[in-house]
Amino acid sequence: MTPKERINGYQLVYHRPDTLTDNPTHYCPGCSHGVVHRVMMEVVKEMGIQDRTVGVAPVGCAVFAYNYMNVDMQEAAHGRATAVATGIKRVLPDRYVFTYQGDGDLAAIGTSETIHTVNRGENILIVFINNGVYGMTGGQMAPTTLLGMKTTTSPMGRDVVTMGHPLDITPLIAQLPGALFVTRHSVHTPAAVRKLKKALRLAFEYQPLNKGTCFVEVVSNCPSGWKMTPREANAWMEKNMFTAYPPGDVKLPPPGLN
Amino acid sequence: MSPVQRTTTLMKGNEALAEAALRSDMDAYFGYPITPQSEILEYLIIHGPKRGSVVLQAESEVAAINMVYGAAGAGARVMISSSSPGISLMQEGLSYIASAQIPCLVVNVQRGGPGLGTIQPAQGDYFQATKGGGHGDYRLIVLAPSSVQEMADFVPEGFRLAEKYRNPVMILSDGALGQMMESVQLPEQGSLPKSIPAWATRGKPENRERNIITSLFIDPERMEQVNIELQKKYAAVQSEARAELDRTKDAEIVLVAFGLAARICQKVVDIARERGKSVGLFRPITLYPFPTDILSRTADHAEHFLVVEMNAGQMVEDVRLAVNGRRSVDFTGRMGGIIPTPEEILQKIESLTVSTTDQALQGMP
Repeated sequence: MTPKERINGYQLVYHRPDTLTDNPTHYCPGCSHGVVHRVMMEVVKEMGIQDRTVGVAPVGCAVFAYNYMNVDMQEAAHGRATAVATGIKRVLPDRYVFTYQGDGDLAAIGTSETIHTVNRGENILIVFINNGVYGMTGGQMAPTTLLGMKTTTSPMGRDVVTMGHPLDITPLIAQLPGALFVTRHSVHTPAAVRKLKKALRLAFEYQPLNKGTCFVEVVSNCPSGWKMTPREANAWMEKNMFTAYPPGDVKLPPPGLN
Repeated sequence: MSPVQRTTTLMKGNEALAEAALRSDMDAYFGYPITPQSEILEYLIIHGPKRGSVVLQAESEVAAINMVYGAAGAGARVMISSSSPGISLMQEGLSYIASAQIPCLVVNVQRGGPGLGTIQPAQGDYFQATKGGGHGDYRLIVLAPSSVQEMADFVPEGFRLAEKYRNPVMILSDGALGQMMESVQLPEQGSLPKSIPAWATRGKPENRERNIITSLFIDPERMEQVNIELQKKYAAVQSEARAELDRTKDAEIVLVAFGLAARICQKVVDIARERGKSVGLFRPITLYPFPTDILSRTADHAEHFLVVEMNAGQMVEDVRLAVNGRRSVDFTGRMGGIIPTPEEILQKIESLTVSTTDQALQGMP
């Protein structure tokens, strides 16, 4: 019996928006990506902007984001998503352009592109998924890996002397005059998901104002990379990741902007 | 209709190329300063935006080529330029662009290398330009101008070929052609038709599937199919091979040279002919596809080939493949930004004729 047949005869109150495809995701159980994809595409649906939205997928676990998001998309080289988005937005200034990037992509190999794109105030939305680990390649150390955190390339735990400090890039981004709206969220509870959705809606709505870059970080888990159950991973995230990367607005647009 | 009168102006190669791009209705240009090609970015930043072209100085060549990927993937007519070290930085992006089959025009105003090298003109990037350059099995279509006129002419031609084949095209120039001034007739504004490709990512209307620009084909069967498609395209591209033949019909010795080296060899042929030597010049205009068949036909009658390059001998390998052992192929060149003089090439021709006479004498009973 297919899922569709099983629900025959029931009144569906919670639909998949047609801005998401039918494809089952390749994400691990408990991963945040699926939820963030859904919330973003709900916003695109609710704003009625599917025909004017172009997304850029990263290299990392979300490399196949274009299999799930039912909008025109480009797949960028590792770290270059915001440069690709700059190219799209500059030739199509009336489109809604977003990138979707992980911590390795955005804050290690793509740091230069990230900073310069925001510094130019490109009118795009950057969605930054931060789970402190390289998930796709099997759990290596990321720029945002916490001190003491064990990964396959920091097997004894991240040590500050040889591996440096966790990079908290979001406050750095907020300092740039080109950044319009910088905010940090999570999707580990229904309330957090609703907050993220509100922030994403605002970020999309700001885009046609041409006032600068919107940057939405989602502090996330990685049950597979962290070697935890989804529930353990969320609890560990709240306890440890939120201390280093506290959720909340980091930079708000000037009052009266709309 | 009366034929349009094209006025002749005196311009630098780099500026003629930039102006030709604007007249070819280029939508966007992304660049980064590097000698000896910065005039392209400087010219376009003044003249581009007011004529409807996006012009952006990127934070690096790496970012610039990825901006090209985005803009050209959105259906825009896009150009990028740099010089040798900067072109090296773009190789990753070019591999992605070739795989995703995005048309764009790349200009390499070569300088001497390897490494940071020198800012003087060279042709050391022939292998990089014609054999792939980045990772994987792909090719660029490569045009080699040898005058300021061709710096301008190859811009609309480059865009046309890029859009026809959905493939990156490179104009492989050098610092001398970029910097020198010559009289040039520029292309007419709007002479190159433009349409928005169906595959471009510009927002998905309800009545079509989403467009995806990607070079990721994780399933090896699919990845092989993409490779087969690319190879079919490169086979079709072979019909675009072009060369200019100068006094080769009766030539005993045929010089083979491209770009600036060919320009010098024209002079060499003039002098050699004055001295009673039957020398001609074969100038490949497309370096990829290499004009193998045309060169092979030249080998039906020419006795010796002398390849002249401003590198350690790169195109000579393609010449040897085309001649396929039927004739002797020699090489002479200068490296590291040194331009060979006609006289030293003439001396090489002299040594060839001497040595072939020696060989003939040795063969006598």
